[in-house]
Amino acid sequence: MKQRQAVIVLIMALVLLMPVWGLTADLKIGLKSEPSSMDPHYHNLTPNNMMSIWVFDKLVKQDHKQNLKPGLAVSWKPVDDLTWEFKLRKGVKFHDGSPFTAEDVKFTLERAPKVPNSPSSFSSYIKHINKIEIVDPLTIRLSTADPFPLMPTYMATFTIISKKHGQGAETKDYNSGKAMIGTGPYKFVEWVPGDRIVYERNENYWGGAEPWEKVIVQPKTNAAARVAALLAGDVDMIDFIPTADIEKLQKNPEFAISKSVSNRVIYLHIDSDRDVSPFVTDKDGKALDKNPLKDVRVRRAISKAINRPAIVSRVMEGNAIAAGQLLPDGFFAISPDLKPEKFDPEGAKKLLAEAGYADGFGLTIHGPNNRYVNDAKICQAIAQMLTRIGIKTKVDTMPKNVFFPRGTKLEFSFMLVGWGSGTGEPSSPLRALLHTYNKETGYGGTNRGRFSNKALDEALEEALRTVDREKHKQLLVKATEIAMQDLGIIPLHYQVNIWGMRKGLTFTARTDGYTLASAVREAK
Amino acid sequence: MLVFIIRRTFQSAAVLLLMSLLVFIGVYAIGNPVDILISPEATPQEYADAVKALGLDRPMWEQYGVFFINALKGDLGNSFVFNEPALKLIVQRMPATLELAFGAMFIAVILGIPLGMIAGIKSESITGRAIMSGSILGFSLPTFWVGLMLIMLFAVILGWLPASGRGACVDVWGVPVSFLTLDGLSHIILPAFNLGLFKLSLTIRLTRAGTRENLQFDYVKFARAKGLSNFRVIGVHVLKNILIPVVTVLGLELGNVIAFAVVTETVFAWPGMGKLIIDSIGVLDRPVIVAYLLITVVMFILINFTVDILYSILDPRVRLGDIKA
Amino acid sequence: MSTPENHPVPDQNAELNVVSSSDVETPLRRFVSDFCESKVALAGLALFIMLIGIAILAPFLTPQDPYDLAQLDIMDNRLPPGEKNMAYGYTYWLGTDDQGRDMLSGIFFGLRTSLSVGAMSALLALIFGGSMGLTAAYFGGRIDTLIMRIVDIQLSFPAILTALVLLAILGQGVDKIIIALIAAQWAYYARTVRGTALVERRKEYIEAAVCLALSHKRIVFRHLLPNCLPPLIVVATVQVAHAIALEATLSFLGLGLPITEPSLGLLIANGFEYMLSGKYWISFFPGVALLITIVSINLVGDQLRDVLNPRLQK
Repeated sequence: MKQRQAVIVLIMALVLLMPVWGLTADLKIGLKSEPSSMDPHYHNLTPNNMMSIWVFDKLVKQDHKQNLKPGLAVSWKPVDDLTWEFKLRKGVKFHDGSPFTAEDVKFTLERAPKVPNSPSSFSSYIKHINKIEIVDPLTIRLSTADPFPLMPTYMATFTIISKKHGQGAETKDYNSGKAMIGTGPYKFVEWVPGDRIVYERNENYWGGAEPWEKVIVQPKTNAAARVAALLAGDVDMIDFIPTADIEKLQKNPEFAISKSVSNRVIYLHIDSDRDVSPFVTDKDGKALDKNPLKDVRVRRAISKAINRPAIVSRVMEGNAIAAGQLLPDGFFAISPDLKPEKFDPEGAKKLLAEAGYADGFGLTIHGPNNRYVNDAKICQAIAQMLTRIGIKTKVDTMPKNVFFPRGTKLEFSFMLVGWGSGTGEPSSPLRALLHTYNKETGYGGTNRGRFSNKALDEALEEALRTVDREKHKQLLVKATEIAMQDLGIIPLHYQVNIWGMRKGLTFTARTDGYTLASAVREAK
Repeated sequence: MLVFIIRRTFQSAAVLLLMSLLVFIGVYAIGNPVDILISPEATPQEYADAVKALGLDRPMWEQYGVFFINALKGDLGNSFVFNEPALKLIVQRMPATLELAFGAMFIAVILGIPLGMIAGIKSESITGRAIMSGSILGFSLPTFWVGLMLIMLFAVILGWLPASGRGACVDVWGVPVSFLTLDGLSHIILPAFNLGLFKLSLTIRLTRAGTRENLQFDYVKFARAKGLSNFRVIGVHVLKNILIPVVTVLGLELGNVIAFAVVTETVFAWPGMGKLIIDSIGVLDRPVIVAYLLITVVMFILINFTVDILYSILDPRVRLGDIKA
Repeated sequence: MSTPENHPVPDQNAELNVVSSSDVETPLRRFVSDFCESKVALAGLALFIMLIGIAILAPFLTPQDPYDLAQLDIMDNRLPPGEKNMAYGYTYWLGTDDQGRDMLSGIFFGLRTSLSVGAMSALLALIFGGSMGLTAAYFGGRIDTLIMRIVDIQLSFPAILTALVLLAILGQGVDKIIIALIAAQWAYYARTVRGTALVERRKEYIEAAVCLALSHKRIVFRHLLPNCLPPLIVVATVQVAHAIALEATLSFLGLGLPITEPSLGLLIANGFEYMLSGKYWISFFPGVALLITIVSINLVGDQLRDVLNPRLQK
């Protein structure tokens, strides 16, 4: 009797569980970081920007190499020095069926810089626009006070929302899904913070419907847990595979790997401004009254002492590319003449002696330990290399929440940092990292070494006023070359973005590190 | 009784006030969250705007004052990162953590009590010694290390259980729970065992000590003399007597389990409050950090309070006035 | 059936036993012989002493100073156990880590760091917590209520959270981690000491001392304290093991010690990412070392508890 009851209960339980059991996801992706919001304009942060283009589109798209491609705008051109005209795509519909027009673009341009409580807004990309003119429903003109060559580049940084659903919508309406009506390839289903984001395909996408009916994205912040989830078959694909696991995965026939050089350069920022720098000491740790890092010969010695190929092969296990400038080959406005500094410890010692530091000095390298690929390990490797040429180097690494505030307060002398050019061209690092710090104009906002070079400032400022694309490019190349020759920063390497997926999937790897379901296909 | 409750309430309020103040000053001292949150391309003007938007430009005392007044109204502020009420964020993730914590406790009790009884009855046998050595191991191994080993073994090598994350959920009275679905159950086993291992060892030891003590008592001898089977003596009479102290201790440990979930949740990508607090510390999201600590402390106060009250009801010898109020 | 704890004899006999044997055995000798009755505990003790020896002698036992960056060579990193160092000719018996650090040297030095951090924090927490507990018990009244209220709060607040918050505020470094560990642990000592001291305080010898008008200081430190020591020692052994494990966990969460001077916990955390890639030695061996350390301390602690706990005494 009792047994029969138990069996019945069991069967009932199984029946109840059936629907859950039957759930099969078409594509499951495990990601390193989770967006802080679904609101596409609340927080200018890589995971947010990445997830926003699943549901929304930009006027100008970036392809997998961050070249500009038509998005919601089919073409753009400067009408005169101060005005850009964008022709919009015909027949695009939002997820609810309403048509996309220039009104939506205008609405977006007005909303994006002013989202309440935004910890990092998009205003840098929009504030130059002083007039928005709708010529007809599919033509819009944007005017600026000064010539503005970067307009199309900046229009590729944020997504266009629907005026109909966006009016009066707050950030929380995007998080709940109420206002998540875009034109993009996927429709938003739900977001369970910390657990998953669910999308389903947009059957009427203007670029053609996606093959994945449903996509589930799960944050797996711990690298080992992320790799384990892929190995165990919990997810079909993950991003940011730790360099340690690549070799093994590559040999495993059950899995595939996709790589691309990234837009992120890892570099050393040097206090080249102050006469007394807090972490520059003599060899016994006593403060020096003169800052040797101000001398370009010392900076060059440091650059020569660093064995970049060794960092790439030993620390990064081959998953990085030695760097000689701000962006790797293939990007816009790259100097063809700048190559990575050759490893030359003898030359480095000679330069140190010339600068009057034949015996070396003491230094501390500061770096984050949870921000860039193998960041703390690179710091140690550099300390090893500098110690060998006589610069006795200590290592102090810390979590990013401590590192960046301290770095911004100029508490360090010598630090390891990275810069990813979201815009895909060098004006972004030149302006933020290398231009002389200027509170009023906003130049040099992240110049934590307070590097300053007049010639560079002039070349860059001229580039940012030159609408002619070829001239604009030449000026950026010139500015880059000045910065690298004067060693405002010491570039180390470009990170490589690595994705891993189960056998049978292919992924078009991207320089911006974005994981997009629309770049995943079943292999033929 | 009433005096006791009133006194307790006042003291708890004082604790909460002090705590919030300390954490507030502490997080303020670490640095400005805008430095981490803001896009590095931002200009100093945009930086200043962001600082202003989050209310961080005002002096600390003023910020605390605003927080305090709002807190009295039940509003613990909006997260700097998520722009949602901190309280909501935490409550949203609480079921996952509680589920994990209770799962861990369940495993500790279900495995710990029988094992502890075996170890207590056959303390000199190889089995008994093996159980005790095992419990020393359980005490000694760091949680994070065990977690990864479990993933390696059961998810990667054997492929029996999923490696991480929370499984499918069903709503019970509006609260999403995962242990009622097969998928959810398969996801919770490893993290719950990982989190419960420490308490499992504790339970084994408590039960063993209790069993050995009880076996000496007269009632056991009587029961045996009455001809009751050994199984019944131990399985019913002894068990009943050791259960109360063991469960009490475990109840008090619940708070600790919830706190330690920080580690397990990190390793297993479990979407609970522990992971939220680690992430929030990572970006100096002060409203969430403060709210989390306040909520945990309130939870501990309530647990202790309930235990004290229960004691006084269960054991007439204890008067509430005697408990250090 | 020969271990002492196996025959809980009624209490009256215990008194008799003590009286009859006290003239032939000093308490210390009895303690030693009681302790030695467990072979496992003895083995644990031997192991523990050996580990301390290794920790102290680490600089003389290791081929490399793993904390000196100039002695590491990145070109020698991630070598499997048994490979040779080309420059100096010694063998990496346990392989090397991602910086080319000899794992054996790293473990010996890491043991040194872990043990000293554990011992230092346990000792300081014992001194601080112990004096708080003694003060509470001796003076009673409002002071007692105040101190014990703080202790209750502290105890209701999980150790790991206390440490997390403190480290987030203080930053990193050996000194800071010790402070965090003390803050997380002192309350255990305070509670233990107060409990024992309350019992002791009512005994005649304290009353006698008070009658003799000895100073507070003298009564507390010369009379009360020595009699409260046994349970304190038990708690301390357990807490040393806890402190070491907690330090390892904090390092794993990225809040621990400086990366160039790894403790066992940090070595494990650093090698963690290599577990799935088959380079097991980077994380496995420090894990084993940590395990041996904590188990040996716990074995000793267990036996100490049995021997020193009056309720289980013969």
